[in-house]
Amino acid sequence: MKNVSCYDITQNVKEMCIKSNHYLSRDMEHALNKAICVEKSELGRQILKSLHENLDIARNDMIPICQDTGMAVIFVELGQEVHITDGNIEDALNEGVRKGYEEGFLRKSVVEDPIYRKSTNDNTPAIIHYSIVPGDQLKLTLAPKGFGSENMSRIFMLKPSDGIEGVKRSIIETVDAAGPNACPPLVIGVGIGGDFEKCALMAKHALTREAGIYSEITHVKDLEIEMLKKINQLGIGPGGLGGTVTALAINIETYPTHIAGLPVAINICCHVNRHISRYL
Amino acid sequence: MYKNIKAPISDVEIKSLNIGDYVYITGKIYTARDAAHERMFESMNSGNNPPFELDHNIIYYMGPSPARKGNAIGSAGPTTSSRMDKYTPLLLDHGLKGMIGKGKRSEAVIASIIKNKAIYFAAVGGAGALLSKAIKKATIIAYDDLGTEAIRELEVKNFPAIVVVDCAGHNLYEEVVKDYRKE
Repeated sequence: MKNVSCYDITQNVKEMCIKSNHYLSRDMEHALNKAICVEKSELGRQILKSLHENLDIARNDMIPICQDTGMAVIFVELGQEVHITDGNIEDALNEGVRKGYEEGFLRKSVVEDPIYRKSTNDNTPAIIHYSIVPGDQLKLTLAPKGFGSENMSRIFMLKPSDGIEGVKRSIIETVDAAGPNACPPLVIGVGIGGDFEKCALMAKHALTREAGIYSEITHVKDLEIEMLKKINQLGIGPGGLGGTVTALAINIETYPTHIAGLPVAINICCHVNRHISRYL
Repeated sequence: MYKNIKAPISDVEIKSLNIGDYVYITGKIYTARDAAHERMFESMNSGNNPPFELDHNIIYYMGPSPARKGNAIGSAGPTTSSRMDKYTPLLLDHGLKGMIGKGKRSEAVIASIIKNKAIYFAAVGGAGALLSKAIKKATIIAYDDLGTEAIRELEVKNFPAIVVVDCAGHNLYEEVVKDYRKE
C-alpha cells in the first residue's frame, strides 16, 4: 500500500500544464524537424520553419506555443495498491489545472454549460479518464486538447462488411474534410473496435503515444504505415497550403468488438500535440 | 517577397493583392471570434451599430492567452475562420474589408468577398508565440466580459500573413492542393 497525497497530485498537474504548453515533447519536435527535410513544397518548408521558430520563442520567452492552451484531458492510471490521501483525487486534479492555467498565463477556454456558454474562468473542469492498474504507482498523463483539431474529429459506426477498406476510407475522408482547419501537419489518433465511446477514448489515448512508435500488433502497424503514406498523398500540406507532409504520425489502437459492429473513431490533433506523463 | 499593407486597408491595396502573396500588415486590426461575432450579429440585426467602426477595417479571428508583465499580448495565433462564416456576409456588407484567420470559407462568404471587394488572409496556424511578436499593443474595446473572446484593438507592425482568397474570389486552398494531391 502506497500513499499518494492530493497536494502532490495538484502540484504535479500544475507543473505539467505549464510545461506542456511551453515545451513540446521531444518526439513531436523531432517529427517536425524531420518534416522540414522531407517536405517538397517551398511554401510548406517555410511554414514548417515558422513552426520551429515558434517553438523556440515559446520556450525562451515563456509564451504558450499556441494560444489555444486547450481543455485539460487527463489519463489517470491508478495502481491498485495506491491509497489517495489528503482529499478527493478529482478535486486535486482540477485544482492542479486551475493553478497551472492561472500561474502559467494559459488561456481559460472552458464554458460551464454547452448551451449557455458562460466561462468557468479557470479552465476547469478537466476531462478525466480513470483506469485501475496493477501496482503501487499513480501515473498521470496530461494532454491539453485544442479544439480547432478536435472539431474535425469523427466517429463511424461501420458494418463488419465495410471491412478494412471501410476503415481506411473513414480515416482518409476525415483527414480530407479537416484540410487546413486542423492546422496541418497533423497527428491522428484512431480507435478501432470496442463500442461507441471506447473507440473514441482509444483514439484520444492513441494521441498520447510518442510519434514514431508503432503499434505492437503487426497488422495494425502495417495499417499505420500505409495510412500515413496515403494521408500524405492528399496534398493538403503544412497549413493546408499544399505539400507532401500533411501528417507527422498516425497512431492506431484496437479493442475487441461486437459481432455486429466495426466502430472507428478518428481524433485529429494538430502539430502542437501536447502530452506529458509523470509517475507519483 | 513581402508586400507591405496598411490597416485599415484601402481598396487600391486590396485590388493589388493576389492569392499566394505574402504580406506584412502594419496598423490597427480588430480581434473577434465566436462569441463576439454572435453578439455583433444579434445587435446589428436589431438595428444597432457595430461596437466599432467596420469601414475598411480588418478583423483577426483570435482569442489570446493572458499577457505576461511587459508583453502587449500572450500567444496570439489564428482560430478556425469557418466558425465565423455565418456572420461574415453581414459584416462585409457593412464595410468590413479584410479578415485574417485560417482554413476554408464557405461559398456564401466567398461570394460576399467578391461582391464587397474584400480579402481573406491566413496566418500560420499554431504559431501563436511567433505571431504575438508582431502585436505591439492590445486594448479591449468591447465585450470585455467575454475575456479572451472580447473585441480587442491591436496595433500591429509587420504582421505576417498570406492572401488565401482575393477580391476576385480565387482560393489558394483549392489551387495549391492540386499540385501535390495523388489520387
